[in-house]
Amino acid sequence: MHLDHTHQGPAAVGADAARPDGTRRALRIGLGGPVGSGKTATVAALCRALRDRLSIAVVTNDIYTREDAAFLLRNAVLPPERIQAVETGACPHTAIRDDISANLEAVEDLEDAVGPLDLILVESGGDNLTATFSKGLVDAQVFVIDVAGGDDIPRKGGPGVTTADLLVVNKTDLAPYVGSDLDRMARDAAAQRGELPVVFTSLTSAEGVAPVADWVRAQLAAWTA
Amino acid sequence: MTTRAALLVLADGRFPAGGHAHSGGAEPAVAAGRIRDAQDLADYCLGRLHTTGLTSAALAAAAAHGLDPLALDEAADARTPSPALRAVARKLGRQLMRAARATWPSAELAALAAARPRGAHQPVVLGLTARAAGLGPEDAAHCVAYETVSGPATAVVRLLSLDPFEATAVLARLTPALDRVAAQAAAAAREGIGALPAASAPLLDITAEAHAAWPVRLFAS
Amino acid sequence: MSVQATARITAAPDGCGSTALPVLESDGPLALRRTRSAAAGRARVTVVGAMSAPLGGDRLAVEVRAEAGARLTVDSAAATVALPGAAQDAGPASYDIRIEAGPGAEVRWLPEQLVCAHRSALTMTTRAELAPTARLVLREEQVLGRHGEPTGTLTTRLTVHRAGRPLLDQQLAYGPGASGGWDGPAVLGGHRAVGQLLVVDPAYEEEPVPPTSLGPTAVLTPLTGPGVLVTALAPDARLLRGLLDEALERLSPR
Repeated sequence: MHLDHTHQGPAAVGADAARPDGTRRALRIGLGGPVGSGKTATVAALCRALRDRLSIAVVTNDIYTREDAAFLLRNAVLPPERIQAVETGACPHTAIRDDISANLEAVEDLEDAVGPLDLILVESGGDNLTATFSKGLVDAQVFVIDVAGGDDIPRKGGPGVTTADLLVVNKTDLAPYVGSDLDRMARDAAAQRGELPVVFTSLTSAEGVAPVADWVRAQLAAWTA
Repeated sequence: MTTRAALLVLADGRFPAGGHAHSGGAEPAVAAGRIRDAQDLADYCLGRLHTTGLTSAALAAAAAHGLDPLALDEAADARTPSPALRAVARKLGRQLMRAARATWPSAELAALAAARPRGAHQPVVLGLTARAAGLGPEDAAHCVAYETVSGPATAVVRLLSLDPFEATAVLARLTPALDRVAAQAAAAAREGIGALPAASAPLLDITAEAHAAWPVRLFAS
Repeated sequence: MSVQATARITAAPDGCGSTALPVLESDGPLALRRTRSAAAGRARVTVVGAMSAPLGGDRLAVEVRAEAGARLTVDSAAATVALPGAAQDAGPASYDIRIEAGPGAEVRWLPEQLVCAHRSALTMTTRAELAPTARLVLREEQVLGRHGEPTGTLTTRLTVHRAGRPLLDQQLAYGPGASGGWDGPAVLGGHRAVGQLLVVDPAYEEEPVPPTSLGPTAVLTPLTGPGVLVTALAPDARLLRGLLDEALERLSPR
């Protein structure tokens, strides 16, 4: 992670580890990936798994207004004041990578409104394989793909698959039905990613998100150490 | 110490200050059938430029000229009857302030950020940013005038799948008008806050409130 | 031959619970009449004479002053029609309205429409200075062209200060002398009647009015401060008045 620099001078820059009042800010984890791979479902499951021990908030970056935020609200994974939607002008990748100003306002507003927070999950709207989060916005990023999107996605690579701090291959329960070869996906991912971790999930059961939740806990331990 | 290249950096659509999520009122105009093609876009941009564009450009020029930014912020409120548009102006002002303080830090920007932590009106912040970058009032006015038309043009390319070459040609044909508006705005700014224009556009105010209440939309404004 | 005229009205409490008019000065085409007021305690003045003015080059002004506690309504007997001057080089006509309302005073400025005839040119300026506890109801309606004719050039500016601070500042410009795009999809979208209704009432500080869409061409917007502006567009004067009447009804205290 890239959190060992604190900006000097008056400007609050996204990557600053300290808030303007000197306190340490929440860990920010970004979740990206193609449309329909289960990003919002993963965020919802993470909130359920972690909310009893941690103070969590979520920022969504939707293509159309605030539908992902609305899903999280409907499913009551967090109180509404802990969920903020950023509007992206039809370009979520711009809002999470090229112009992160609206997302930075959102994470700061959440810390001001419901803080202190331990963890802020920043979810990108479904986009393409090249969409990654700016290091000015998040401390670590998760890229979520699924077996139904084609088992050749890990082989194809792209910045999301190759560089994300965690690659999640979701919907493993569907593998037999769509003819996806999980071993092949694991091998291809390892070839693309070297030492970077890959987990396989199926969110049909309550514990399905456990590998991701464990990884998040490890990131938090490193952040607060 | 004026540097023309600084104007390019500030006016670049990639300057990370949040503009990409806004259509400048073009989304409701497209939905109402008032913008259907490149000619409509040109008419829309011309009207917006000569109303809210001139008003905003003059506020920016005045801030770049060194007039009191808090008085200008108040003047901007009086010139923005729509609460939805005031909220947008302050939100974008806050986003621009973040980018400006990272790119051209200045004591004046810091003071305005402290006085208006929820954001000052975007043109006022832009004028102060231009000042911090060593640019003049007319540069600031040019920048705002250009944003007034480039935002809707970019949005209409996405909303109507308009040919991007046509949209850019619309902007190119507007450049003499942009120059005139920038010069007019800078001249007003030199006369002081009492001389600033207050040109407004009824349809922009009317549709901004309705658009802010749409449950599903592509652009924030 | 162009006309220069300033009419003046001063309203003050008469000491018996009603409002007197210590100053009521007509001038030139601006004839003022005290008329019967529907509301008790309120004076009403009707402008009866400005129908054929302003012509190009004319400089007309109305100055209204409501002293502390006075309640005044000013209206007009008919629409004002801006016409071209006889001389080619007469230049634009000007029509300046100044309203001052002192502590606890109330001014209702509710004239008939301003009609902007073909080839006319008019600059209209309305300035209101309000004490913090003053109330104001102000309606402006602009009709661009008489029936079936193209419009003249009209520039209006409405500036309202409350307690010395700017509350509203709005400039509108239409017609052949206006900058490009005035009739386009950002400004009028082809509508020929434009109206504003401004209500300033200190009560809004306690009970703010939420922004309300009044249909596809009208909106009610709360200002920064205890004021509400209704902006409306319509194809003609009658439909415009309907929108503004409905808004005024909505904003009237029950």
